[in-house]
Amino acid sequence: MHIPDGFLTVPVWAGLAAVSVPLVGVAARRAQGEAEENRIPLLGVMGAFVFGAQMVNFPLAPGTSGHLFGGALLACTLGPASAVVVMTAVLAIQALVFQDGGVLALGANVFNMALVGVVAGYLPYWLWGQGAGRDLAVATGGFLSVMASATLALTELRLSGVVIPPAALWLALGVFALNAVAEGLITLLVVRSLDRLHPGWIRRADAPRSAAVKTVLGASVALAVIGLAVASAAPDGLDRLAEELGISDRSRILWETPLSDYQARFLPPGWLQQAAAGLAGISLAGACVAAVAKLLSRRRSA
Amino acid sequence: MRHLVLEDWSRKESWLHARDPRAKLMAAVALLLAIGTSPAGSPSRLAGYALLLLAGVIIADLPVRGVWLRACVVLPFAGVFGVLAWLAGEPGRAAAVGVKSYLSAWTLVLLAATTPLPALLRGLASFGVPRFLLIVIQLLYRYLFVIAEQAHHMRLAAASRGGGFRLRSRQGWRAGAGAVATLFARSHARAEAIHRAMLARGYRGEFPLASPPRFGLGDALLSLWASAAAAALRLA
Amino acid sequence: MEPLIEVQGLHFRYDSGPEVLRGVNFRLFPGESVALLGPNGSGKTTFVLHLNGLLRGEGLVRVCGLPTRPEHLPSIRRKVGILFQDPDEQLFMPTVLEDAAFGPLNLGLDPPRALHAAQEALALTGMSAAWHKAPYHLSAGEKRRAALAGVLAMRPEILVLDEPTTYLDPPGRRELADLLRRLPQAKLVVTHDATFACATTTRAVFFREGRIESEGPTAELIRRLGWDERLPPAEPAP
Ligand SMILES: Nc1ncnc2c1ncn2[C@@H]1O[C@H](COP(=O)(O)OP(=O)(O)O)[C@@H](O)[C@H]1O
Ligand SMILES: [Mg+2]
Repeated sequence: MHIPDGFLTVPVWAGLAAVSVPLVGVAARRAQGEAEENRIPLLGVMGAFVFGAQMVNFPLAPGTSGHLFGGALLACTLGPASAVVVMTAVLAIQALVFQDGGVLALGANVFNMALVGVVAGYLPYWLWGQGAGRDLAVATGGFLSVMASATLALTELRLSGVVIPPAALWLALGVFALNAVAEGLITLLVVRSLDRLHPGWIRRADAPRSAAVKTVLGASVALAVIGLAVASAAPDGLDRLAEELGISDRSRILWETPLSDYQARFLPPGWLQQAAAGLAGISLAGACVAAVAKLLSRRRSA
Repeated sequence: MRHLVLEDWSRKESWLHARDPRAKLMAAVALLLAIGTSPAGSPSRLAGYALLLLAGVIIADLPVRGVWLRACVVLPFAGVFGVLAWLAGEPGRAAAVGVKSYLSAWTLVLLAATTPLPALLRGLASFGVPRFLLIVIQLLYRYLFVIAEQAHHMRLAAASRGGGFRLRSRQGWRAGAGAVATLFARSHARAEAIHRAMLARGYRGEFPLASPPRFGLGDALLSLWASAAAAALRLA
Repeated sequence: MEPLIEVQGLHFRYDSGPEVLRGVNFRLFPGESVALLGPNGSGKTTFVLHLNGLLRGEGLVRVCGLPTRPEHLPSIRRKVGILFQDPDEQLFMPTVLEDAAFGPLNLGLDPPRALHAAQEALALTGMSAAWHKAPYHLSAGEKRRAALAGVLAMRPEILVLDEPTTYLDPPGRRELADLLRRLPQAKLVVTHDATFACATTTRAVFFREGRIESEGPTAELIRRLGWDERLPPAEPAP
């Protein structure tokens, strides 16, 4: 889901851009240092490949079809750092050439799809990508990648005060889940075809040895995704409850002062308040990603 | 392909086309900021932005209706959330968000229609975007059409064999995945060939990225004037 | 006279595949134009990639007396200009001019001089007017000439062209042949096009299954092997 300009409030898009910019910088430096010397043309052409692959339709339900998003596939083939760079390049072209997704919102879209989408897509593969569980890990990666990106986008929209009635929210989550399952299956089928064509293209996963680390990491990713999904759905449940109890016309407040649900009440009202609440939320999300990135890099160099 | 129109526009010659990509980037960001932070319920302010953009389109000698149509790409997204807000009993707000995202898309169309992508990338380079990323974007853009065409031919071939990838069956999914894998393999081979062609011309890991020309008086005027107009409208 | 290119007993295989080059012996002398003929898959492209060290097999490959060892590659790649079969893979920069300047910049020329070299090469191939165009907007013939400009901008002493007439229509082929005849460099032209080979080269070697099977003056070799496009004319409808 590419968020256009005009939907996100300043604290949300600016905060996410502040998180994305340094992380993409780290990924670019890491990808550039990767061993193969043909990295530059490879990453460029693989970005074009993502566009081409998205033209191939897969039937989802009567009348609708889905396509590959690609974050998990790129992570399993090029490695996470290069996949982040390629997906960022794809999003930049979509925004600058096709007006698909905004320019101010680019930081948010990169955060959702290039950073979290790739990391969530790679994590299961990294943890269980060796041996018998590989296929399951690949499919799970595809699923998590799309699910995490989409729920994040929805959460950011809600943080910006976009009204989404509960029924619509659950419907959206259902559609995301369908797409996420499809992504998992497509990623797995493509990885299997690549196995036959050229096994060397699928990266060997250099997972941590300890089962405890694996379990904790896996559980925290699952919890994060489920938590996000519930968090983006639940506040509306609360809204409705409040309405039914006749406490207030919450939706009006939500529009007037975005983030009212998240406001710190002791701050003076207005912009500053919104900014503080938004930044706090975003920093938390950023800290989580930074922690994962740190963990990944420590593993690498160890 | 629909984006080719935009590329043709971006190679026209006008005062706006001739401006430095950095100036146009600054002007566009100023406008986007003003539009994005405008509170809902101020139709005259939104009309002001629209007039500003219209002036840009006319200075750039672009077809007005064509630009309007291009900016409609945001309408599906804005429409969904507009309807939701409407259902929630906020028709005014729904319209405001729709108009704001439409005006933002219009700004982006104007930027893309007056600045070829390579020039835009040069501008971004001088704003500190990592060169490595910009070179990847530049190569992506170079091979976008080539590989999309390849995918298109594969789709045609599959369709003419009677199924296409829309087959509502397990075979359909297999065939689709096979097509994606084939496209992956061809892209890999192409990257290899491009790398060889680069090496053959003395490439040693330093990829040239041309630097933008001198930032002139006209460029300074454009960025100042656009930012001032946007700020004046926003704060009025 | 010293040969510009000297190849002796060259063997090569991709990874663990079958042997693709099986003992190639070849020489190219200054001022010479040689055609390299042979069936598809006989190893012509693989051979060409050895001439500037993009691939390295067993045996001897020397360019202007320098063996293709890593330390000589920069100067060898400056001397041997290769025009690859698919111009889309060779034109990787956003515009024709930037593409032609890619080689000179890599040679260490400063940007103004690199642009000058690029403009000269574009003038030579008749592409000056299209300097600002994106490769995607060029016709097949223009792409070929733009790619050739990128090679010529490095001022090579030897030109190696891998199936340069692919995708070209007859006028495009004639134009290219005229252009090649005007260029002073020694040339090795890989081609399936007998007419083109006769028009641009004097000597020909015939490749089969990874080695040079026979050689001779171009027209005579083609006649001897029957390696041309002639087919019996269509019968008029009764
Ligand atoms: N990158 C490669 N990896 C493995 N085999 C290759 C590769 N490139 C070419 N080959 C094989 O080497 C043989 C010779 O190919 P090539 O040199 O392209 O022939 P030609 O140019 O004469 O048509 C063919 O059998 C081809 O399949
Ligand atoms: Mg060949």
